[in-house]
Formats: sequence, C-alpha cells, structure tokens
Amino acid sequence: MATTTQIPAAPAPAIHRPKRRWGATVFGVVILAVMLFPLYWMVNTALQPDASLVDVAPVPTGIDFSGFTSAITDQGTNLLTSLAVALGAVAICLAISAPAAYGLAQFKLRGSRTIVFGTLITQMVPGIVIANALYSAYVDLGLVNSYFGLMLADASLGIPFAIVLMRSFMVSIPREVVEAAEVDGAGRVRTFIQVVLPMSRNSLITAGLFSFLYAWSDFMFALTLNTTDDVKPITLGIYQYIGAHVGDWGSVMAASVLSAVPAAVLLVLSQKYIAAGITGGSVK
Amino acid sequence: MSSTTASAAVPHTEPKAPAAGAAKKPVSPRRAKRRRQLAQWGFIAPAVIFMALFFGYPLVRNIVMSFQDYSPSTFFTGEAPFNGTDNWSNVFDDGLFGKALWQTILFTVGSLVGQFCIGLALAVFFSRRFPLNGVLRSLILLPWLVPMVVSGIVWRRIFDQDTGVLNSFLGTIGIGGDTPWLTSTSMALVSVILVNIWIGIPFNMVILYGGLQEVPKELHEAASLDGASAWRTFRSVTLPMLKPVITVVLVLGFMSTVKILDLVLALTDGGPADSTQTLGTLTYQNSFVQMDFGAGAVVGNILILISAVFAVFYLRVNRNEGK
Repeated sequence: MATTTQIPAAPAPAIHRPKRRWGATVFGVVILAVMLFPLYWMVNTALQPDASLVDVAPVPTGIDFSGFTSAITDQGTNLLTSLAVALGAVAICLAISAPAAYGLAQFKLRGSRTIVFGTLITQMVPGIVIANALYSAYVDLGLVNSYFGLMLADASLGIPFAIVLMRSFMVSIPREVVEAAEVDGAGRVRTFIQVVLPMSRNSLITAGLFSFLYAWSDFMFALTLNTTDDVKPITLGIYQYIGAHVGDWGSVMAASVLSAVPAAVLLVLSQKYIAAGITGGSVK
Repeated sequence: MSSTTASAAVPHTEPKAPAAGAAKKPVSPRRAKRRRQLAQWGFIAPAVIFMALFFGYPLVRNIVMSFQDYSPSTFFTGEAPFNGTDNWSNVFDDGLFGKALWQTILFTVGSLVGQFCIGLALAVFFSRRFPLNGVLRSLILLPWLVPMVVSGIVWRRIFDQDTGVLNSFLGTIGIGGDTPWLTSTSMALVSVILVNIWIGIPFNMVILYGGLQEVPKELHEAASLDGASAWRTFRSVTLPMLKPVITVVLVLGFMSTVKILDLVLALTDGGPADSTQTLGTLTYQNSFVQMDFGAGAVVGNILILISAVFAVFYLRVNRNEGK
C-alpha cells in the first residue's frame, strides 16, 4: 500500500527522496520495537531483582544477575544437553541429506521424482503423530532417554527441508564441472567431497543452520521420548521449571534468555543464510 | 559453527563407490551401467531409509495403533490387543474431540488471517527503500527463531492477570487492566491465537517480501500512468501477481499451525477447562498423559487426514508453478 504512494514522484530523479525516507525508518523502528517488545521484556524481567512484583520497572534500575546465577545452576547442564543434541542432529542431518540432495539433483535415476515428492510430503506429517508411533518403537529399541535417540528424532525435523533446499541448489551445478573432475580420475565420492560440497557451501550452511535451530527449539520429541531426567534439553527444562518456580520469574526468564541466545547469535552472524533458508525451503 | 560440523560430518558416511574401479576393467556396458546406478543409489539410500523409518513407519504404525488397546501396563507387558473400532468410537463419543476440533479450526483460521494480513502489510512497508531497511527486516525475524516454548513462557508472564505487564499497561492508559488473558475460558484461546500471530508474522513477511520483489516495477508504473490509485494498483496488479506466493504462504502456515503443540502447552497446558485444547494437544494428552496410545493414534490420524488434504493442494500449486 505504502510503496505505491512513492510512484508519482518517480519521474523526478531521486534527489529529494532521502528526506522522506527517514520517516519510513522511524516507522520501521517503531514496528520493530512493538514486535520485539516481548523479547525485551524477557531480558528486562531476567535482570530485575523483584521480577515477580506487580510493577516491574520498564528498564532494569538496579541490574541483578541472581536470576542468571540460579538459571545457570539449575539449567546449565540442560543447555549443554541442547547443544550436544542439536550439533549431533546437524551432523546426522547433513551426512544424510547432502549426498541425497546431490544424487537427486544430478543423477538420472528412476524413482528420483517419487523421492523428491516424498520429501515434500514428509514435511507435512505432524510431529506429534511421529512421536506417537516412535515412542513404542523407541521403548523396544532402548532408545528412550538416550542422546542418540533424541538426535535421530531431531534430525528428522531438518532432513526433508535440507534435502529440498540443497537439491534446488545442486541442480544448478553444471554437469561439465562434475564430469571434468571424474575424467581427471576422481571417483564419484571424491568428486562429491572435493568439488560438489565446496561449491554448495552456502546451501550447506543454510541447511545446517536450520537443522540446528529446529533441533535446538525442539520441545515435542524432548517431551515425549524422555521419561527420566537423563537427557533433558533446555526447552523441556524451562517447561518443567515454570511448574516448580512459578513465583521466581527472574530465574525462569533468565533461563529463557539463555535458551534464546543461539537464535539471536545465529541471526546476527548469518542474516543472509536465514533469509535464504526461509524462502528457499518453502517457495522452491 | 555449522559449516565446520557440516564438512567434518559428511565424508564419513559415504559408501565406497564400487563404480570408481569399473572404468579400468573391461566390463560389459550393461553391467557397467548397472554398477554405476548402484553406486548412485548409494548416495540416496541413507536418506530413503531414514525417511522410511521416521516418516513412513510412524504413518503406518499410527493406523495400526488406532485399532489397538493400549494401557499404561502395555509398556511392561508388551501386550496391546486389537479392539476393533473401540478407540474410534470412544474418541468420537467423547465431547472433548468435537471441542478440540472446533478450537483447532478457530485457532488455525484466526492465526492465519492475523499472520497473513500483518505479514503482508509489513512486507509492503519494507518494499520501500529507506535507510536501515535490511537491518530492521532481519531483526524482525527473531520471534520466529526463538524456541516456541520459550515464547510461550515469556507471553505467559506478560499475560499474567495480576502481575503481567500487559494488564498494567492497559490499566495505565485507562482501558481495562484486569483481563484474565489466560485464566478465563472465554479469553484463553484468543490469547493463544494472538501469540501465534506474533510468532507467524516474520515468516509471512519474509516470504511475501520475496514475492513482492519479483513483481515487475514497470507494471506499477504503467498502472499509475493510467491513473490508478495506490490501493487500486495494489489490488489489481500486485495481489494477482502475488497469488502463487500467497497460496504457498497460506498452505505452509496452515500445516504448521494445525498441528501446534509447544505453544499451547507452554501458555495454558490446554486449559482452563480444556478451552485451548486442540487436536495436537489432544493427541499428546491421550497418548502421553493418559497413556492411551490407541486413542492418541485416532486423533493423530485425523490430524494427518486434515494435513493430507492440504498437502495435495500444496503439491498441485507447487507443480503448477512449473519447473
């Protein structure tokens, strides 16, 4: 709506435009402030000495780290668990989906199209349905309450997405490049590792980033595939924390801040990959 | 960080390619071709096996489970006798199913409409050129990236009737200030929808923004030369051009909203008095709280059925886009 109001001015060279543009920036900042207010409030509450009172100050006056101290004491191991599980899930996810994406993009195999179709379908299976069936299988296989079991389940959140994303990238690798490497005597596996993977670096990073975020954010598998406290990621930790510490909002919010840090860090470090992942994984 | 794990992890999983040596030995062309294909399947096989185990198997297993009698003791005895359609009739006879279905519809439609409208408005806004556009646009993604459970818990604090910042803010500006956001049966679902709209805005915005970039600028100029108003141009030029992207956004939004679990559990646990129970949470309640996996499977199957209808729709749209 707002874009088009600019258009009548278009014939004139864009000299007097900058003045008006700052108005849009101000409006953009306001939108951002409203959108991010809940996250600001999370940080603010975490830093307040009396976070459970009615009138929480709009800015933390006396900064108080006791919430963070108790959050780290109570949830530190769960944060490490999340990190370990998420990194494991990323490794599994990329190890399985990168070769598959390459195969589906470059080899002319019968059935490839069906597999690509299947990959799209799997992205639509509700997670709770998977958990429902997986639980009894996990009980039989002894995978309940295990790191490896949770990594595998969490990898399933990223694999279809990663295949679709990397495949749509690898389709555009010219066949001649791959063939040239093979003519030089490199085997198919070596060609894949030394030529295809480096060329696909950006899509690998994007896929890895998203499978990390999916696994880090996972709550459902953490909740359903664990019956003891042996493997407790931070998402499950916080959920149980509010049950027990509902009066101590400072610690709960501090734990929330810590669990949101990876998302914030990844966003700042790799904006372009994140934007590419959101659009690439869905539209293409 | 993820790039290093990526390159470190990938090489080890590769099967040795038998075809590498095939060129040296004199083999018949047909056998060579078969060998080559076998080696090529080696790249794809792990993914196919994984997806069969983690998606195919659960789909089949859920159907079987919905005809079995599960009780908490099943996991000790291993016995889950078949009981015909008992689970199905039990689930349908229980008033909770209808309630959850209706609430799922309200939740999904409400969330989609809110996310889409606000996301589109923001996408249009950010299509203007102005300083810091890119930075603001990427920071707005944060709510989408934070784990959903965490968002739920933060909002639970904000919504608190007596000590939450929302009510104290509304009280200060003199409208209300005493709303039981999450604790009244009439408000809880609305509150959950509001939070889900907040979570979904960035996703809608990013995809629609991408779509808007593809709309040729000349069309806008032509329309305005013809004397079309801004609104008219948007409605008659931009929206029709965006149609494929809009369909994708809505279908994907639908798929992720209809099955939601994390957010509801973190905000309300399905309460008060089941007023925020959805098909997703009901599946969870049946299976993992009541330990009646048969009943959980019934609700899960219905959830799959609903998703499947939209999956077909999505795939048709995807195909029409043409590759």
